[in-house]
Order: sequence, then structure tokens, then C-alpha cells
Amino acid sequence: MNGDVACAEGAIAAGCRFFAGYPITPATEVAEHMAVRLPYLGGMHIQMEDEIASMAAILGASWAGQKAMTSTSGPGFSLMMENLGLGIVTETPCVVVNVQRAGPSTGLPTLVAQGDMMQARWGSHGHYEIIALVPSSPQEAFDYTIRAFNLSEKYRVPVLLMTDEVVGHMMEKVTIPPKSAIRLVSRRKPRGAKARHQPFSADASHIPPMATAGDGYFMHITGLTHDSRGYPGMDAPTQKEMVERLVAKIRTHAEEIMDVEEYLLEDARVVLVSYGVSVRSSLKAMFEARDRGMKVGLLKLNTVWPFPERRVRELATTMDALITVEINLGQIALEVERSAAGRAATDLVGHAGGTIIEPGAILEAIEARCLNV
Amino acid sequence: MSDAHKEIIFTGFGGQGIVLAGRIVGEAACLHDHRHSTLTQSYGPEARGGACSAQVVIAESEIYYPYIQSPHILVCMSQGGYELYAGRLEPGGTLIIDEDLVRADSRAQRVNSLSIPATRMAEELGHRMMANIVMIGFLTATTGAISPEGAKKAVAGSVPRGTEEKNLGAFKKGYEYGLAILKARAKKLKREENRREGKDAG
Repeated sequence: MNGDVACAEGAIAAGCRFFAGYPITPATEVAEHMAVRLPYLGGMHIQMEDEIASMAAILGASWAGQKAMTSTSGPGFSLMMENLGLGIVTETPCVVVNVQRAGPSTGLPTLVAQGDMMQARWGSHGHYEIIALVPSSPQEAFDYTIRAFNLSEKYRVPVLLMTDEVVGHMMEKVTIPPKSAIRLVSRRKPRGAKARHQPFSADASHIPPMATAGDGYFMHITGLTHDSRGYPGMDAPTQKEMVERLVAKIRTHAEEIMDVEEYLLEDARVVLVSYGVSVRSSLKAMFEARDRGMKVGLLKLNTVWPFPERRVRELATTMDALITVEINLGQIALEVERSAAGRAATDLVGHAGGTIIEPGAILEAIEARCLNV
Repeated sequence: MSDAHKEIIFTGFGGQGIVLAGRIVGEAACLHDHRHSTLTQSYGPEARGGACSAQVVIAESEIYYPYIQSPHILVCMSQGGYELYAGRLEPGGTLIIDEDLVRADSRAQRVNSLSIPATRMAEELGHRMMANIVMIGFLTATTGAISPEGAKKAVAGSVPRGTEEKNLGAFKKGYEYGLAILKARAKKLKREENRREGKDAG
């Protein structure tokens, strides 16, 4: 199956029973598949009037107790940014899939890019932390969509699945494990007196339990800065308490959230840093370089946000160079550069989008570093 | 019979079932022959008639880069596709053309060149839409990229319900045509060999 269908199947396996979206290449197959599958499972698929409404609909569904998802690509992702912020500030679990195509604007609708990685981090206004996962194959699209739901339920935050046109449209074998082998996480429910319930009161985990509308708990939910009761508090102390907790609930759990894979780093002098479909080009280039005796390894980022800065910093102290491979003109490369903080050379292999990165271009960059050090 | 690593490009117009052909071959390889395969595709914004290609990589182990620089097998169902890809065939690669749709040139002489009137044969079977399935049968017989059993299962599982028999008939037609061509080639080779030996003896 292709990556879009695998993503939809992952959502279904994760327990998602509500999908709202608006068609857009190359994400339409996600919505199509959900439209076919959800009615048979007692779920609901709605085609909304646009992406603003799609994002709003999944937030509402989540508060009604459903695991909910939407999918889109660049232009739609831009429209979702406002309500993504609402999801962050109301701590609403949901999954947003961005099958990236080349932008800005309408760009190249049918062709690949990874140009929305910083938009994923900072696209909505205000200061916040977010979680973003990046699959490099249809299998990972399935697996990471399940993990995206689990993380969003656990940390009460919208989770972004930043896939791309090639992974979305590429067909490859996907193994769906038996239901018993799939570990699912659901949001923690409140206990205790319903009348005295404070919907945004958290313990040391910084994550408040979440009641479902209709459970009988008191709740007040707003996009305004609010206190633990959910009431608007229009002052700096309330703002400080709320925003710092929203940030802390991700930062203090960052090590549990982050997921990286390492290839051939033991004796490496140069390390490729890559994510999503660019990992596939990087692996090919890495093995070719190894065949020619060059000591190169790979750090594969399965989660890009939060960024694994501690690991990159460690690598920078032992490696000669870090080469970021991504389909843009330098986004995650900036994070790598920041984390390396001058301890190692940092390069970028990237372009503006339309095709995936050719292994030859990566090989050249590896050669340039291996022959110079 | 199936060889290890194969890179195949199918090319033609949108509407000919080019991507479906790639999908069937990829599925036969990974789901039925239990190997690894990837399918990537490219097409224009048109629903029909635009240039279209499907790239299938088949391997014994995990495939990293899913795109193809120099295919081992190139299947052309349009002149445009032939012009675009014929020069990129791997030396010793196999070129397969629909002989009614593609006029080959000197580039075809440098590779193992095969042709079949797939669209005409599909029309004779009642539906030109099945030309891609005829082509898969031919490819299966002549290249060994996928097993005939796997190919048949993938065909039956991919075509619209109710048309399985018809499509398997189209597969068989292409497959048998392929076997016949191989047989004729082997015969010709043998004859030439005999003639040479005869000369040597004389």
C-alpha cells in the first residue's frame, strides 16, 4: 500500500474514529481511505469546507471523546495554523498529517519537498512546544501514526506527522501487526468531585487529566490565557504559569518523546543527519561511501520536534563534520548547526524541492569532508 | 525463476494503466514472491493522456533509494516514453515495446529488444484497457522479474471484481506470446550455431 493509505490504517489501528479534512494533493488518499473505512467501524468522516474548519472539527471531536485526525499539504497546513494554536492552548489531543509538497504557496502540487519543517515548529503564533514525527516509508507511516496518537493522548498536544509526497504516494510492503501487539495510550481521565474539578490543574507531570464533554465535570475551555479552572486570566502571572507549563510538559518529557536511529556511528568521522524520505537517499549514499572506505554514519531522526540537541551536541564533539540532508534550503540544518555550536563542521545537502535528494549529491558532500580531514 | 535485483520502468500515457501495471508487478514481487519492492510514479496534472511512468525496484533486501537511473527493464507503451527513457537503459538491459504504439530506433539495437502488439491483442480479447495486463504476462515470461504464480495472484487481486477471469486470460495471452518468442529465438540461435559448426567442420 502507499504511505497515505498506511497512515490512514495506522490511525484506524490507533483507535481514530473521526476524520475531518479537505482534499489536497498529495494528501487526498489519506482522506479517501478514511472515508471508505470509517463508516464500517462506527466512525465518521466529514469533508469540511476548508482546512480551517477541518482543524476546528477535530478539536471538537477530541473534546467529545474521540481520537481525531486531519490530513493536508502545504497550503492547507498554513490555514490550520490558527486552530493548531487553539489545540495547543486547550491541550487537545489530535493528529495533523502534512504530506509535504513543494511550496511556497501552491508551489508544485504533485512533487515532493520537506519545506514545512520550521512551520511545523513555529507556524502558529506565540511560544509553544510541539511534537512532530517523520516517516521515511509506508511502514513507518503506519507505525508513526499510531505513535502520534499515543503521544498526543499522553501529552495532550496536537501531534504532527510530517510525511511527504514520495512517502505518501510510494507503494511498499506494510506489515500490520495483530491488534494484541499494538500498544495504545488513551488520555488520563479525571477522578474526584465533579463540581470542584479544575480542568487545567496538573500534577508534577504538567499534564492535566482530561474529561470528555458530557461526563458531568465542570469545564471551561478557551483560547484565552487561562488559569487551572480554565477561566481567562488577563495578566502576566497567569500567562507565565500557563505557557511555562505547556512548554515544560514537552521539554521535561523530551527524552521519552524523542526517537532517533543510528547507523555505523562507532568508527565514523562524518555523520549524515536526515529524516523522512531523505533518509533513503542518505542510506544509499552512506553505504556507497563505506564501500569506498569513507568513515561515515547516519543519525536518522524519527521525531524532529522536540529536536535531539543533546545527541547532536555529543556527536559534534567526536565527529569531524555533520551533514544535514533535507529537501529544503536549510531548516533542520540550522538546528544541527545550533546544537553542534561550532564543535564540528556543519554542511547542508538540500535543494528547493521537486525531487528527492540524489545519493550522488550526498556522496560528493561526504567526499569533500572525508578527503579534507 | 527470478533474478535478484531488478529495476523496471513502465511508461506510457495516463489512462493506459501504467501505474497499475507497476503496482501489480511490485505486489507480485513483495506479497507473493516474498521479496522487497518499491513503486514510485510520476504523472502530470491531466487525468488522461499525459505522460506517465511507474518505477518498480525489486530486491532481495531492503530498498533504500526508490528511484531508477538506468533501468534493467524498460516497458514502453508510448512513443514519448520511449524517447524519454530508451537512452537510459542499462547495457544488456531489456526493452519491451508495444509494437503498434512505439517505433524503435538504433537505441533498441544496443539492448535485448522485444516487442508485442499488446494493445491490439487486448482489443481482440474485447477490451483495450487490458493491454497493460497482456504486457505484464509478456514481461513475466521474457524477463523472469517475477514468478508467473505471483503475477497471476497479483493480477487477480488488483483488477475490478468480476473481471478477474478476463484479465487472467489477457495475462495468459501475453505470457504465451512471450514464451513463443523465447522459443523462436532459442531455435534461431541453435540453427546459427549448427550452421557455424557445420562451417567449422567443412
